[in-house]
Amino acid sequence: MRVESTARRWWPRSLRARVILAFVAVAMVAATAASAAGYIAARASLVEETQRRAVDAVRDQISRLAPEVEYPPDQQSLDRLRISLGEDSMVTYEGLTAASGGALGLISDELRAAVADGDRFSVQRVVDESGPHLVMAAPILLTSVDGGQRASGIEVYVVQGLTPTQAQLDQWTRVVVLTIVGALPLAVLLALLVSRSVLRPVQRLAHSANQLAEGNLGTRLTPSGRDELADLASTFNDTAAALERSVGKLRDREADARRFVADVSHELRTPLMALTSIMEMLDADARDRSPEEREMTTMAVDRTRKLARLAEDLLELSRLDAGAVELRPELVDVVHVVADTVRTRGWTDGVVLVPAEPVPARVDVRRLDISVANLVGNALRHGSPPVAVEVRAEADDVLVVVTDHGPGLPEGVAPDRLFGRFYKGDPSRTRSDGSGLGLAITLVNARLHGGDVSARDSDDAGARFVLRLPRRLDDEADIDEDAGIDDDEAGR
Amino acid sequence: MSRILLIEDDHSVRISLAKALGRYGHDVASAPSGEEGLRLYREHAAELVVLDLMLPGMDGFEVCRRIRAAGTVPIVMLTARGDDIDVVSGLESGADDYVVKPVEPRVIDARIRAVLRRGAPDRAGRSRAAYGDLVIDRASMTVTRDGDAVAMTPTELRLLLELSGSPGQVLSRQQLLESVWEHSYLGDSRLVDNGVQRLRAKIEADPAAPVFIQTVRGFGYRFGPV
Repeated sequence: MRVESTARRWWPRSLRARVILAFVAVAMVAATAASAAGYIAARASLVEETQRRAVDAVRDQISRLAPEVEYPPDQQSLDRLRISLGEDSMVTYEGLTAASGGALGLISDELRAAVADGDRFSVQRVVDESGPHLVMAAPILLTSVDGGQRASGIEVYVVQGLTPTQAQLDQWTRVVVLTIVGALPLAVLLALLVSRSVLRPVQRLAHSANQLAEGNLGTRLTPSGRDELADLASTFNDTAAALERSVGKLRDREADARRFVADVSHELRTPLMALTSIMEMLDADARDRSPEEREMTTMAVDRTRKLARLAEDLLELSRLDAGAVELRPELVDVVHVVADTVRTRGWTDGVVLVPAEPVPARVDVRRLDISVANLVGNALRHGSPPVAVEVRAEADDVLVVVTDHGPGLPEGVAPDRLFGRFYKGDPSRTRSDGSGLGLAITLVNARLHGGDVSARDSDDAGARFVLRLPRRLDDEADIDEDAGIDDDEAGR
Repeated sequence: MSRILLIEDDHSVRISLAKALGRYGHDVASAPSGEEGLRLYREHAAELVVLDLMLPGMDGFEVCRRIRAAGTVPIVMLTARGDDIDVVSGLESGADDYVVKPVEPRVIDARIRAVLRRGAPDRAGRSRAAYGDLVIDRASMTVTRDGDAVAMTPTELRLLLELSGSPGQVLSRQQLLESVWEHSYLGDSRLVDNGVQRLRAKIEADPAAPVFIQTVRGFGYRFGPV
């Protein structure tokens, strides 16, 4: 990824910038190509035209002057002919030469050879430091009585400067370059307009998608036009509608589940309440009964208590599953909460609290209490005392570590299975004080906090359970119902 | 020995709980519906009401509101739904404490006694203290504002006494739960929040901008400084 980003550094990240850049590039290439093509065509025709005109003029001159030349010519008649041709010209006849002008050096041997070979008219373009020149050469032909023509031996050379033409071409080049440069801001301006009209629907789409992601499932786009973006908008709307429908269905189902759990809760707790009251009275009266009846009463009281406990755990788990539980985070010292959990349940004899500095964290106190109580209760039932409970901070988490001195985790069982529902640590043990749901409840509560719970064997035998919860010290949210007025109070 | 009114629609719960509470030394009158309960409430001159929330006809919340409107008799509610929303609505209707069914009668008895103890005169300071226009008399257990008596439930009164007992000092929710509600376990701090709200409604000029009972974010509550 790094390599790619380095290689593509020149390519802007923003879609807008990319659209603008691409548009300007295309516009500039098109403008340059069109100007260049026009320039090349115009230049070719101008050069051709200039050349044709020069050649025609010289040809006319020669055909006009040729009959006046005495034959064979002497130096004087060659001079006259040369003067008629103007500056920068040369006339030769065998050994004689009449020449004038500084540009005659441009007449090449090649041209001379061509004339000597009998070419009727030769033209060569030559460029020297003073600019481009046209060099023309033609033999003067004698027309015999029978109409045939033969070379007279007189050769005419004329050099004509092309500087004015070149100046014209330079002027054109300047115009072309200026046109292209002038097109650049125009292209940028157009690109901005185009990118805005193209990107506005895209921005709207992005905004709506954000709204959707934030949970506003009623978000819809108003499709405008008939382009691909309008198609995208209606696809977006269909997707949002489908999402809203299925989320609505899920919510209904969740609400049904919650209602069901609440109803079951009522139906189950009410008879249990009556049973508990009755059992307490029976228990109080037990001393008036026979030993056998006393035993039965004790058993009934014990079973009722267990049934109540099981119902409690089952309903708690169902409520958690149905999403009927809301976390109520509160800033507390976890060391203090854990100590209270152990103290209030009367476990101080079998449990050793490892001394620790306060560890503040934002947790749901009741759920932390239940989670820790389930871990410690489990350790007391399945392990051997003393059970060590340690609270410590680790990075942004708080860890509650519960270690017992029992036989360790059951062999051949994946530790995660211990957190399953109704998992019993020892298959040979049919009777247990626990509901078989305690560790499962701890796991769900830990996850509800965004934490986790795990089990492994400790280094010195015994099992070790670790509850890990995020401390969330940066969170502002707290359960103060009147949180809104706190800021005012702070000022007082 | 206190006069308790038990409002509970389930026959077996009503009979067994009334009997069990009677054994703990209470004089219990019981009613199977809210309407009957309100009638008995007036006849029986109950000192405390144990109220089931799910009742046929007039529900527990409405009964709670009516009892609260009539006076300051403490209410312990019984909920069987285990729903947080039930607890919150019950507290907002004016309940002082709650227990979730099933619960052993001795626990309910302990809760009843704790609630009733809140109304007993303060042992610590038998004094009268004035904070601005608010006067708290710990001997007669009365509170006046601008000279007018403020009717308070035992819970509200005890909460105010706890907070004003150490002005300027922050008390955490857990501390208040232990001292006012006598919850020895890690209890529900909503009891405290709700109690504070009700207290503010009675003694603050503007409950939204409290002067006497201030929230200390993340810690708890503080009385004053006034």
